[in-house]
Amino acid sequence: MNAISWIHMAVALVLAPLLLGAINRTKARIAGRAGAPLLQLYFDLWKLLRKGAVYSRATTWVFRAGPPIGLAAVLGALLLTPFGKSGAVLAFGGDLVLFAYWLGLMRFVTVLAALDTGSSFEGMGAGREVFFSALAEPAFLLGMLGLARATDALSLSTILPGISAATWLAAGPALALIAAAWLVVLLAENARIPVDDPNTHLELTMIHEVMVLDHGGPDLALILYGAALKLWVMSALLVSLLTPIRYGVAWQDALVFLGGMLILAVGIGLIEGAMARLRLTRVPQLLMGALALAALALMLIIK
Amino acid sequence: MSLVLIAIGLLVASALAAFLLARAPRLATLCGVGGAMLAGLAGLIPSLRILLTGANESFVMPWSMPGGSLHIGLDAVSAVFLIPIFLITALAALYGGSYLRPFWGKRAIGFSWFCFNLLTACLILVVVARNGLLFLMAWEGMSLASFFLVVFEHDKKEAREAGWLYLVATHLGAAFLLIFFALLAREAHSFDFDCIGAMPQTIANAAFLLAVIGFGTKAGFMPLHVWLPEAHPAAPSHVSAVLSGIMIKTGIYGLVRTLILLGNPPVWWGWTLVGIGLSSGILGVVYALAQHDLKRLLAYCSVENIGIIALGLGLGVLGLSMGHPLVAQLGFGGALLHVVNHALFKGLLFLGAGAVAHSTGTRDMDRLGGLAKIMPWTALTFIIGSAAIAGLPPLNGFVGEFLVYYGALIACLPGGMANPLPAVGIVAGLALIGGLAAACFAKAFGIVFLGEPRTDAARQAHECGWSMRLPMIILAAACVLIGFGAPWAVAALKPAIADLAGVPAAQVFSATGRSMMLLMEVTIGFAAAAGVVVLLGFIRRRLLKNRPVRFAPTWGCGYAAPTPRMQYTGSSFALWFVDAFRWILRTERHRSLPQGYFPDAAFMTTETPDGFRELIFRPVFAQIRWALASLRWIQHGRLQVYILYIAATLVALLIWYASCL
Amino acid sequence: MGLETLFVFLVLTGLVLLGSSLLRSSIRMVAMQGAALSFLPLLVMESSWAGRAVFLAALTMGLKGIVFPVLLNRSMREANVRREMEPLVGYSLSLALGIALLILAFWLADRLHEIGVGISTLSLAAAFFMMFTGLFLIIARRKALTQVLGFLALENGIYSFGLTVVGHIHWLVELGVLLDVFVAVFIMGIAIDHISREFDHINVDQLDQLKG
Repeated sequence: MNAISWIHMAVALVLAPLLLGAINRTKARIAGRAGAPLLQLYFDLWKLLRKGAVYSRATTWVFRAGPPIGLAAVLGALLLTPFGKSGAVLAFGGDLVLFAYWLGLMRFVTVLAALDTGSSFEGMGAGREVFFSALAEPAFLLGMLGLARATDALSLSTILPGISAATWLAAGPALALIAAAWLVVLLAENARIPVDDPNTHLELTMIHEVMVLDHGGPDLALILYGAALKLWVMSALLVSLLTPIRYGVAWQDALVFLGGMLILAVGIGLIEGAMARLRLTRVPQLLMGALALAALALMLIIK
Repeated sequence: MSLVLIAIGLLVASALAAFLLARAPRLATLCGVGGAMLAGLAGLIPSLRILLTGANESFVMPWSMPGGSLHIGLDAVSAVFLIPIFLITALAALYGGSYLRPFWGKRAIGFSWFCFNLLTACLILVVVARNGLLFLMAWEGMSLASFFLVVFEHDKKEAREAGWLYLVATHLGAAFLLIFFALLAREAHSFDFDCIGAMPQTIANAAFLLAVIGFGTKAGFMPLHVWLPEAHPAAPSHVSAVLSGIMIKTGIYGLVRTLILLGNPPVWWGWTLVGIGLSSGILGVVYALAQHDLKRLLAYCSVENIGIIALGLGLGVLGLSMGHPLVAQLGFGGALLHVVNHALFKGLLFLGAGAVAHSTGTRDMDRLGGLAKIMPWTALTFIIGSAAIAGLPPLNGFVGEFLVYYGALIACLPGGMANPLPAVGIVAGLALIGGLAAACFAKAFGIVFLGEPRTDAARQAHECGWSMRLPMIILAAACVLIGFGAPWAVAALKPAIADLAGVPAAQVFSATGRSMMLLMEVTIGFAAAAGVVVLLGFIRRRLLKNRPVRFAPTWGCGYAAPTPRMQYTGSSFALWFVDAFRWILRTERHRSLPQGYFPDAAFMTTETPDGFRELIFRPVFAQIRWALASLRWIQHGRLQVYILYIAATLVALLIWYASCL
Repeated sequence: MGLETLFVFLVLTGLVLLGSSLLRSSIRMVAMQGAALSFLPLLVMESSWAGRAVFLAALTMGLKGIVFPVLLNRSMREANVRREMEPLVGYSLSLALGIALLILAFWLADRLHEIGVGISTLSLAAAFFMMFTGLFLIIARRKALTQVLGFLALENGIYSFGLTVVGHIHWLVELGVLLDVFVAVFIMGIAIDHISREFDHINVDQLDQLKG
């Protein structure tokens, strides 16, 4: 916990919507369009914060409590995320479990807020969401376990900065498998193609989008910002895994990290632009595949 | 110590008084509830004191029973189990006073309170007994008292069948316990726990297996759990809270005491416990997801949580047997903390389910809905209980699971255990269980309390009275307190962990280098998140202050005549899970589809019978019944021939005894 | 490092075989397995056998990487099948069982790797996993074509097991095995053709209609 961690956290809070903007811009460019401005999400948030609200008569306080609790949960996860070589604001042994469960809390309150509206659309999205995340979470934690064993550390702030070029040389294939599994989990948890289509609002394709259909105004702003932060936090973990360059100098590490995030955003945009959404019955197989990759990686590291 | 004895005395006295006052339900209820609450208050004081000061107490009295003595002792492990016993039974009694109101004059209220207080007294005795015979007698008393409570609504066929199944199951388990205690007594030449010392490994292995089966039947390990989903829903809700929150924990207590008595576990004990934990945990929550009945769902979730406790115990035993004390302490710590936590939130959830059943008259989730607007307090406490049981931060369920996760993580590191496979299994299993449990309770809370009421039964519900609300509020507050006060809760458990792990209390968690405040950062994180929530709430209120805030119906995509029946039901919500696990669940579907041009009403029902019961126990018992049918001829009903049997046996014994002299 | 990547690649192809329903991609996976395995003799055999190793590698690559896929693709076209539509064991369950088989393979490899000198656990585990995958495909899929692929995967596993354990091959034996497999695939291709012409499908679970 030092000043650098706080600065990094502030940078994350400011830049998270930019990540989504980069992804959307890449997608648009691939499709041959000009695309929305990079800062579009900022404009959206500003617009939403100045609006009033419309609440459904079927809802209760659970609906209104959903967005703030979700955002607070992802901020709790942000407190635990390390950047580059410096540790996170809050670090302790086993904090990777708390990280996963903060995201679980965010999911839980979003699902409850969705069920509160009494709409079948939102119930549909909620049912799919809890199933896919029940499959994705073991893949994430098994990958994390493999990294913990490879770096002989217990906390996110010691595991991820501890991944150096030497670690990649020693356990290269295993780390590559973990990165692949985490990429699939990232795509699934953040409503990216091939699991979910963040642009449409058809019931066939919706998982995350449909759950927030009835939120508006400042609530929607909280939800969109929370989603951007969730994407940032999970990308940060993946980038730390994939860029084992640690200079030890704060601003150089930060530059490498931000560069990595940008490249990852472009990569996600490329994946989204190049692929179509999977048929919904194939998504469990994709997640089981991610689980298999993580299990294989873990066994390679243990042997 | 004397306070505990006073508590037992109070309970017995109030039980008798309630029994005698059976004609006057109000007086009987008063005696029963008053006795239970006073006893709870009286008993909590010494339990907390033992845990905080770490001093053990003991009390011996000779007893006329051969081999038995009234040896009662209070140590840290007993105290850990006593605290939920006193707290939950007192609160459940308070709740039960109002819950049973509609049954006054129609059912035997006095007898019910007699059994309830006797059950509490036997629960206390089981946990403090230090003599094998006393333990068994208290165990039997507990089983019988709870049987009568389960068949409270004995005119309903399902209650009778549930009671019968429960009786058979618990006595089968008790049979194993008889052999277990006989085995131990033969080694130690006494039934007293203090006399049990070292014994040959084969005897210890046999004793462990007997204990796992005997105590596991009571605790609800898979596949011995088949009585749980029948008995817990059939009982009145305050009794279900005690059964699920406390009584199955006596099975865990027995297992814990066995581990302490037998000592020096071999590695395969840990593997067994981890295997049982994984199967109970995962299959329990999968079955829970497929249920429609709210209380049956909660009963299967109890099986799941017993699985989590077994995982913690297994991790602890593995740590002990592989020589890694920190892993052992963390595993046992997680298991013990989860015992307390589960008692709190499962008690809370059953009381909430009872409130729902009491006011709507149905337990079927797909007929409810929208109750959060009508029963706000019940909804608030139920959501806290749901989030706690799903293991979500910042509540107490997360803290217990975190300890087990942390121990398994340490075991997986290169310097940890020689074979990290069980620890990997624990991490993967807990992750899967966590995701499934969150889904299960999103379903339970969401379908019952959120949305719009689906039927008239739900529309005509009412909030329950204060004597039913207060216990739930206290339990919910306890969940939040333990969640935010995790370091102190874990510190309080250290004497008990020390007993299990075989180290002095001061050394528990010392290997982490920060034994005093192990979970401090977790609490800091929780507090920060809570602060942010409050802050965001304020910001949003300021933002919306001068802006239009309207209310409108939920967007229904333009359907002409939407009804609340069009909402997602519980079965639809859980459909992905039921489909994915259909090999295990074997859900049966009964339906009649719409036919013709102007179709009539159609219906579809799904039912998930317990797979173990259908595939294993039912056929086995059918075979036994068929085999024993050939002996039916002995039961011909003629009295004199029965007396002839008795006389012939007596004469034969006399002849044998005389010839042996 | 290269050897480790090779074996990881083999395990990955096995996983894809378990989870994929497109016959075309399954054929490609088995072909890639064969092609990867053809490099194995070069990496493993001693230098005195170098010439023979190169010849063996080229032959294996030719047969397994080129000829078999061509034959199988042809029979796929003739029988007019694209996908394995309703397997006996669903794809998610197949992947879950695959993970269990992977754990079993690693455990077996751990137990057995003392039988020789310098045999890595990973190579044994990859071999066992390929064998298990092959057997699983034969048991749990309906189409005859997938069963042929399972047989090929099984043979790949046995081949790699033999190679890593024995270290060098009597090349006559190896040539004989290759000939056997070639003939088997050829005949199976013809058989599939006949089955599909007679019954209009190549689901083997309905072949029990043939009994008298």
